[in-house]
Amino acid sequence: MVAITSTPPRTPRRRGRRGPSGVPAGRGAVARLTPYLFLLAAVGLLLLLTYLPAANMLWYSLTDWDGLDLEKEFVGVDNYVEVFTNPQIFAVFGVSLYYFAGSFLQMGIALYFAALLSYRTRFSNLFRGILFFPYLINGVAIGFVFLYLFQPGGTLDTVLGWFGLADPPKWLGDPAIANYSLAATSVWRYTGLNFVLFLGAIQSIPGELYEAAEIDGANRWQQFWALTFPGIRRIIGLSFILAIAGSLSVFEIPFIMTGGANGTSTFVIQTLQTAFNFRQVGLASAMAIVLLAIVLVVTFVQRKLFPDEKVDLT
Amino acid sequence: MTTTHPTRYRAAAAASGTVKYVSLVIGALVTLIPLSVLFIASFKTSSEFGQTGPFDLPANWFNLDNYIEAFNKGGMVEGFLNTTIILLFSLAGTIVIGTMAAYAIDRFQFRGKRLVVALFLIATLIPGVTSQVATFQIINGLGLYNSMAALILLFMGTDIVSIYIFIQFMQSIPTSIDEAAMLDGANRWTIYWRVILPLLRPAIATVVIVKGIAIYNEFYLPFLYWPSEGVISTSLFRFKGPFGAHWETIAAGTVLVIVPTLIAFVLLQRFIYRGLATGAVK
Repeated sequence: MVAITSTPPRTPRRRGRRGPSGVPAGRGAVARLTPYLFLLAAVGLLLLLTYLPAANMLWYSLTDWDGLDLEKEFVGVDNYVEVFTNPQIFAVFGVSLYYFAGSFLQMGIALYFAALLSYRTRFSNLFRGILFFPYLINGVAIGFVFLYLFQPGGTLDTVLGWFGLADPPKWLGDPAIANYSLAATSVWRYTGLNFVLFLGAIQSIPGELYEAAEIDGANRWQQFWALTFPGIRRIIGLSFILAIAGSLSVFEIPFIMTGGANGTSTFVIQTLQTAFNFRQVGLASAMAIVLLAIVLVVTFVQRKLFPDEKVDLT
Repeated sequence: MTTTHPTRYRAAAAASGTVKYVSLVIGALVTLIPLSVLFIASFKTSSEFGQTGPFDLPANWFNLDNYIEAFNKGGMVEGFLNTTIILLFSLAGTIVIGTMAAYAIDRFQFRGKRLVVALFLIATLIPGVTSQVATFQIINGLGLYNSMAALILLFMGTDIVSIYIFIQFMQSIPTSIDEAAMLDGANRWTIYWRVILPLLRPAIATVVIVKGIAIYNEFYLPFLYWPSEGVISTSLFRFKGPFGAHWETIAAGTVLVIVPTLIAFVLLQRFIYRGLATGAVK
């Protein structure tokens, strides 16, 4: 069950005091060091694998480094100018729009099914499981599932044929269509997560409210808008923000399915190709920093709009 | 209002019931058809695959040749083995490192605590994939490029969600338990090892499941850091080349990758719903 709560005030409670009562005499220094020893591995790895690379990335982004040279030449903000002025780099953000639009569809579908299953339903566990399962599947497997589905003369074309739609487009081969196909794959993959989150939020709305509404003669539709929707507004808002960040950093599905061909390359794919295929680590670092900055802004907006948002699952 | 028109109400309810079940069935079909057609294809022989449509059932449901081919030539054995070893080490490491960190953060007052918490929180914002541009240099500098150790280190070291799950759970363990143990003369390490860690078992289960699925599904890190050998994702990804025209083999490989997930899901449903939702929203 999901209950949306703002952070509950931590009940003050007695801490294990480090004072004379807790620690035997003469072990003060050890006692003072204890928490740091417990933290050592976690913080050490955090610094080594997250903050050191982040700092390096900032530095690389100001150089023309190719990833191999011992010398890194300082080039100032040239790389950033390149990111923003080279249409081949920045235009790729346009591809995110397909996924962003897709995430609306995804939330709509998730909400619809969550609303349906919040009422007593036969086989509700089975339906919930089926709708959620795609979220758990390995991304490469999903890539192959949909490469097969979109094959010329494949499953999708066969199904469309049943409905009399002959001459379907090349779903992944046609640059005008490919991004829609990939975004649809993404919707198929992630709808289940939204759905389960929404369903949990709906189920945490007290049932008596619905009974009262029923007695007052509200129909299902009115109940949805008066009770359900307000109850899940915050989780929808949060999903919306996550959708923005997610669609900016789309990577796996296009990388696995098309490798970025046919105009399906995304900003993340380009960044990685720039770094590891074209060996322009400086430029790639600048691209990564730009993405990081955008994600930080989006998150800042999220924290402003939904302070202390928490999904508490018990 | 509805009470005055009972029949009309009942008819409307029946209609909405129909719409509901029809929607659910359509949703289920859209989810299941893409998976089922691949399952069907995985049992067809090569020539059979070429001659039949995607919905035609295989002539022989016990034709396991494609699976054998996927296992032998597709490197799936290697993939499953490597993924299993990586899972064991990464999960053990994550649990020890994560619970220790959570213990320090939740049970101690110390200088720099706020800074440490802030460091962990801010780290969740850094997009994982793009920062590999620079992380790669660190791994390379450590001499770990093209090794399993690189992956284990990265899986252990970049997991903040687990620490968060541990802290959340630890807050529900009363400190009076610690204090009682301390009065009995236990030191902090003993308390952590003998008291806290066993009590954290439900949180550990959640982390094992959430993190286990994430590692099992991880694609880019093994792709980048361990090109010479395959884990489950990268072994499957390599089917693209040699089996390019052999969809029946690719289908078998894909089914092999999905089946463990399906089994885990059926057995551990409740934990998965709880855990993944926690991890997803942070």
